[in-house]
Amino acid sequence: MKDALHIGGKALSSRLFIGTGKYSRNTLIPEVVEASGSEVITVALRRVDPSSREENVLNHIPPHMTLLPNTSGARTAEEAVRIARLARAAGMGNWVKIEVINDQRYLLPDNLETIRATEILAAEGFVVLPYMSPDLSAALRLRDAGAAAVMPLGAPIGSNRGLRTKELIGILIEETGLPIIVDAGIGRPSEAAEAMEMGAAAVLLNTAIATARDPLGMAEAFRGAVAAGRQAYLAGLGAVRQEAEASSPLTGFLSV
Amino acid sequence: MSFYESLMTLERLPFKELWKGYGAEDVRRALAKEKLDEEDLLALLSPAAGPHLEEMAQKAQRITRSHFGHVVQLFTPMYVADYCVNHCTYCSFSSIYDFPRKKLTLEEVEKEAAAIASTGLRHILLLTGESRRDSPVGYVKDCVKVLRKYFSSISIEVNPLSAEEYQELAHAGVDGLTLFQEVYDRETYAKLHVKGPKRNFRARLDAPERGCQAGFRSVNIGALLGLHDWRQEAFMAAMHARYLQDRYPSCEISLSPPRFRPYLGSFNPESDVTDRALVQIILAYRLFLPRSGITLSTREPAEFRDRLVHLGVTKMSAGVSTEVGGHTGDGGTPQFEISDSRSVPEIRDMLYRSGLQPVFKDWDILAESSIR
Ligand code: SF4
Repeated sequence: MKDALHIGGKALSSRLFIGTGKYSRNTLIPEVVEASGSEVITVALRRVDPSSREENVLNHIPPHMTLLPNTSGARTAEEAVRIARLARAAGMGNWVKIEVINDQRYLLPDNLETIRATEILAAEGFVVLPYMSPDLSAALRLRDAGAAAVMPLGAPIGSNRGLRTKELIGILIEETGLPIIVDAGIGRPSEAAEAMEMGAAAVLLNTAIATARDPLGMAEAFRGAVAAGRQAYLAGLGAVRQEAEASSPLTGFLSV
Repeated sequence: MSFYESLMTLERLPFKELWKGYGAEDVRRALAKEKLDEEDLLALLSPAAGPHLEEMAQKAQRITRSHFGHVVQLFTPMYVADYCVNHCTYCSFSSIYDFPRKKLTLEEVEKEAAAIASTGLRHILLLTGESRRDSPVGYVKDCVKVLRKYFSSISIEVNPLSAEEYQELAHAGVDGLTLFQEVYDRETYAKLHVKGPKRNFRARLDAPERGCQAGFRSVNIGALLGLHDWRQEAFMAAMHARYLQDRYPSCEISLSPPRFRPYLGSFNPESDVTDRALVQIILAYRLFLPRSGITLSTREPAEFRDRLVHLGVTKMSAGVSTEVGGHTGDGGTPQFEISDSRSVPEIRDMLYRSGLQPVFKDWDILAESSIR
């Protein structure tokens, strides 16, 4: 596979990860999967009810998808660890997105608890993808704890405000050596493209697609944007210069 | 420091003049802001906001969809005991009414739980009348043990307890607390709560905070609208919610806007809360507290509930009985009359028709308990 994203022993051709949380009906999910071309889908374990045939979100996820159960609802590392173990025991595989959130107003992640949960779960063989506030030292600790990638937020969840943390995400991309998956905040395809142009490994989206007037149209738009941004990154963007390059250099006479 | 101190300051506001003082400009300013303050809340609850309900609704819906998506969480209350030592002038369970009181045995609780769970619901709100003697903490805990086998989230609505008692229940697997102040106006409170420990205004007011401290995941508060000037009551409830949010960021604070309903007695509310008023309250709550849950009960008629689900509501009850044992046994005396008696499948279908997804399960009890 050309330009595959390698995470946890898998090679992914799509760099768009999607969510399941905010749709008007679960039956939309297979259609969004199709339109987005995504191969990884995150599911809140707290929403999964194996005893309910029709309302169980898992029944709507096409089998080729890699499940990324998340620990949404966890307020401490311990809770996240228990949720991750429950997800694995429920047969959802060994990937897990750690979400430890102690702030119900902005839903900002608690990096310290996230690192603690990552240490425990990586040691237990999980492929750990922590959702985090983009902070370099926290990202390095997550890397050292065994995270397979880190997922910094672009802006608070559901805010659709775009890449507000761009500078910091850029630093994580340069310094951590890990795949950086921008999660949360991206509201427009252009913002997803921008994250990819910067060298993000992938982006994860839910609200922007689920709450669009036409979720399938939006899923397709993001698919194109992520691919375009990635292609631009690989092609090597021209360097941005602060000043115009003079066509007749001032010191040209010296070389004569 | 508790909300009591804030309330003492807030209640000195000259509400009557305030409501007259706000104009369209104030409402527009509040609508343009992202983070609203006390002044904005007052403006949105004032008569001046009346002509702006549509703009408020548009913004409220946008905020709700972006934070919560197209989902509405379903739950149902389960009454296990109707013994009560209080006399509240607006409630059928008041100790002055003479009717055969009931308290479910644990076997009956189990039967009731199984019946409710078979409808697909996974969130339950356990209710009792307020009586430490007849439905003590130990009894509530025993009920919770049974309920854990059937539900993935258990909330309680019982008499105010101490922080230690709340903690004990949190350890047993209770994750949510609902406790209505009923009335924030202290004078009216004293008038309507004639007898019993509920007369202690402050003990009740501080109880939700004790619940936050005890580690409940969610705390749901509210004023029973209609018992006093609704603008003022809605304002106080929202300020109470923000107070709790500011201090306990890990706890999800929700608001309920219940309206007064017919019951056994003949008390008539002082302030008539019209449909328009209720809509204004819900919208003001949503704009002031963008991430708070807003819970809508079956006190509201079906057609009206169907409209309100688009305006900021995130949780609603379904398949409701307000009688002890109302889901299996011969039932008892309802606490009040409900308006929307639709079954769980009917509510589910209504939500789907409205472009919304009913969420039956939104949590897994993680608390360690001796029974598991
Ligand atoms: S409102 Fe509560 S405390 Fe008051 S009489 Fe009814 S059950 Fe008892």
